[in-house]
Amino acid sequence: MRIPDETNPKLLRQSPSARVKIQNPKSKTSNTILVFLLALLFGAGTAQAQEITVGSKKFTEGVILGEIATHWLESNGVEAVHRAELGGTQFLWQALLSGDIDLYADYTGTLLEEILAGQNVSPDDLPEVLATYGVRMTAPLGFNDTYAIGMKEERAEALGIRSISDLRDHPDLRFGFSNEFMDRADGWPSLRVAYTLPQSFVRGMDNDLAYQGLETGTIDVTDLYSTAAEIAAYGLRVLDDDLVHFPEYQALYLYRSDLVERAPEAAALLQRLEGTITEAMMTAMNARAVLDKVPETRVAADFLNEHFDLAQAVTVQEETFWSRLWKHTKEHLLLVIVSLLAAILVAIPLGVVAVKVASTEQIILGTVGVIYTIPSLALLVFMIPLMGIGGPPAMVALFLYSLLPIVRNTHAGLHDIPGPLLESAEALGLPPMAKLRQIELPLAARSILAGIQTSAVINVGTATLGALIGAGGYGQPILTGIRLNDTGLILQGAVPAAVLALVVQALFGLAERVFVAKGLRLKG
Amino acid sequence: MLDLQGVSKHYGSTTALHPTDLTPASGKTTVLIGPSGCGKSTLLRLMIGLIRPDAGTVRFDGTALGAENVRAVRQRMGYVIQEGGLFPHLTARDNVTLMARHLGWDRARLDARVAELAALVQLPEERLAQYPVQLSGGQRQRVGLMRALVLDPDVLLLDEPLGALDPMIRSDLQADLRAIFRKLQKTVVLVTHDMGEAGYFGDVIVLLRAGRIVQQGALHDLVRTPAEPFVEAFINAQRNPLDALGRQEG
Repeated sequence: MRIPDETNPKLLRQSPSARVKIQNPKSKTSNTILVFLLALLFGAGTAQAQEITVGSKKFTEGVILGEIATHWLESNGVEAVHRAELGGTQFLWQALLSGDIDLYADYTGTLLEEILAGQNVSPDDLPEVLATYGVRMTAPLGFNDTYAIGMKEERAEALGIRSISDLRDHPDLRFGFSNEFMDRADGWPSLRVAYTLPQSFVRGMDNDLAYQGLETGTIDVTDLYSTAAEIAAYGLRVLDDDLVHFPEYQALYLYRSDLVERAPEAAALLQRLEGTITEAMMTAMNARAVLDKVPETRVAADFLNEHFDLAQAVTVQEETFWSRLWKHTKEHLLLVIVSLLAAILVAIPLGVVAVKVASTEQIILGTVGVIYTIPSLALLVFMIPLMGIGGPPAMVALFLYSLLPIVRNTHAGLHDIPGPLLESAEALGLPPMAKLRQIELPLAARSILAGIQTSAVINVGTATLGALIGAGGYGQPILTGIRLNDTGLILQGAVPAAVLALVVQALFGLAERVFVAKGLRLKG
Repeated sequence: MLDLQGVSKHYGSTTALHPTDLTPASGKTTVLIGPSGCGKSTLLRLMIGLIRPDAGTVRFDGTALGAENVRAVRQRMGYVIQEGGLFPHLTARDNVTLMARHLGWDRARLDARVAELAALVQLPEERLAQYPVQLSGGQRQRVGLMRALVLDPDVLLLDEPLGALDPMIRSDLQADLRAIFRKLQKTVVLVTHDMGEAGYFGDVIVLLRAGRIVQQGALHDLVRTPAEPFVEAFINAQRNPLDALGRQEG
């Protein structure tokens, strides 16, 4: 199944010059001082030196191929780590160019039609063109994941249909196609012309309904991806595209050219996977993951153990529910705590300056306001060209997002201190800093604390989006759950996030007793 | 001790104070009085540098008040506003000692000074541990006075100190305040709009109207030789109903 790239961050499409710039990791430092300092503050350092980082797009087949590569490298003595479900095509491609990941699986069709779109690259020139980006490719892994036409196996057998051309002899067959396939130029309109198909019963319908229709016999033929899990589940026959109408989407691994010098054995190992995965194998693996809900890591391990003569079988450490929850909790807390602390350290002084230096008031409040209006997803994506993927860019995005409530409430809290009190403090002869520390900040404490609380709660929720750029946390099971249409998994992320928000809320109730003076909490 | 020469103040197109000369008598109590908006509070705030005059000079102990010395000078002045202007997040004691602690007084010195002042203003010592919100209006005002006096200032400035109090408490505090002023022999400037209070406290009464001093002198001067009809009208408007009754019967 090719990835439906609806989350594909268009913002990442860059001019060729920008691409070249990103190829060199050192040029990251040429970005704004702010980002550089924040990176220092957050103590970046994404990948360890000798470890190979495998990436994968956030769709099941991509994740399985990522797991296969990871297990394969590890079982042959190469340290590897898999950063699963990072995003769409452009996202992975940029991560590969910037060195955030060393390799990932993609398709020839995607390379030609999307990544190198508009360059008129012929399939034979692919290796050369990729080399200009500092990228190499393996030969195809052995299966083609493209659009395909399918029927129930028994029905096809009974009618003697093996290829799409064979459909011509059966004008009464009923076609039920996905709405996307009905509309796409390379879908039904051109398929009909290419094969001169005579059928008149052609309906657009939802994918799931089409499978149900095949099952009940209300339709005979539908479109699908050639390695879709449903092929196995519903016992479908994929008809041969004998006129080669559909473009090729041969799966292969893309890896950074420098891998050859850095870890030659890794590059060689990837080549040993060429031509080893058939369409039937991939379909079966997809079916196990999607329909039987077997973790991809287990599916990949079983595949390697079955088809390769490994010195030592690949073992999978099954994560228990609790160990997974703990891992996600740690990741999530780290995102929230680091970004929130940084926001507090920056936002309170900003709020103070906004009140004390009248000329800065509108600039400061305006700027943090504008930052806040950037959709959180877009803000996360903005960070990637600057800082790559993983925890640090997510923290910076969350940090920026947390500024507004704290700055605003600090500003409001200081602004609302009654004039006579300020005058009394002034009349005592206290210097400005002492006045701020001893009088103004304590009097504004409740408002400031409320701002931090708002930021913290928003932060806990927004941090779930961090998983989209590989930062982990509670967003990870949500992301996987959405991909596998598994409500249970979604809840494994959503419920802890909600509980954490409640815990944060309660903690701030306690914090008020520490940070807000007793005299302000007493009722008269 | 205090000397104002030709000071004036405008807010936009409004004149709060026309050029004015005033030298409150040292060691005496000067009362600034007049209707709302007459400039009496403006005059007081100019004295402690909370606002800067548009023209003219405020001198303290012979030195012109400016940005560079205003904080040092304020440590030699005590300032009390309505309700005491106490900081709600500090206990009464911490309110009183705030500035002394900032100046690095040690514990023993602080304790001695607080005890001395509590006795002076007749505040029960157990009240010192409480927060402003837990104190009565009169107690808050006594704490405010302690805070103003803690550094033993040369000048005491009070802006409607009794304004928010109910009559019984007000009368008690009035008597206590006057006793304290007499005892301390400090230069006191007090703002009020109440003629009775002005007569009770003031060695000198300064009557203002629309940003100008109309007349200054002892109460009996203002009553017997009013400088203009406004002075007489202002005094008559505030005659106590009991006085009126007394005159009728007498």
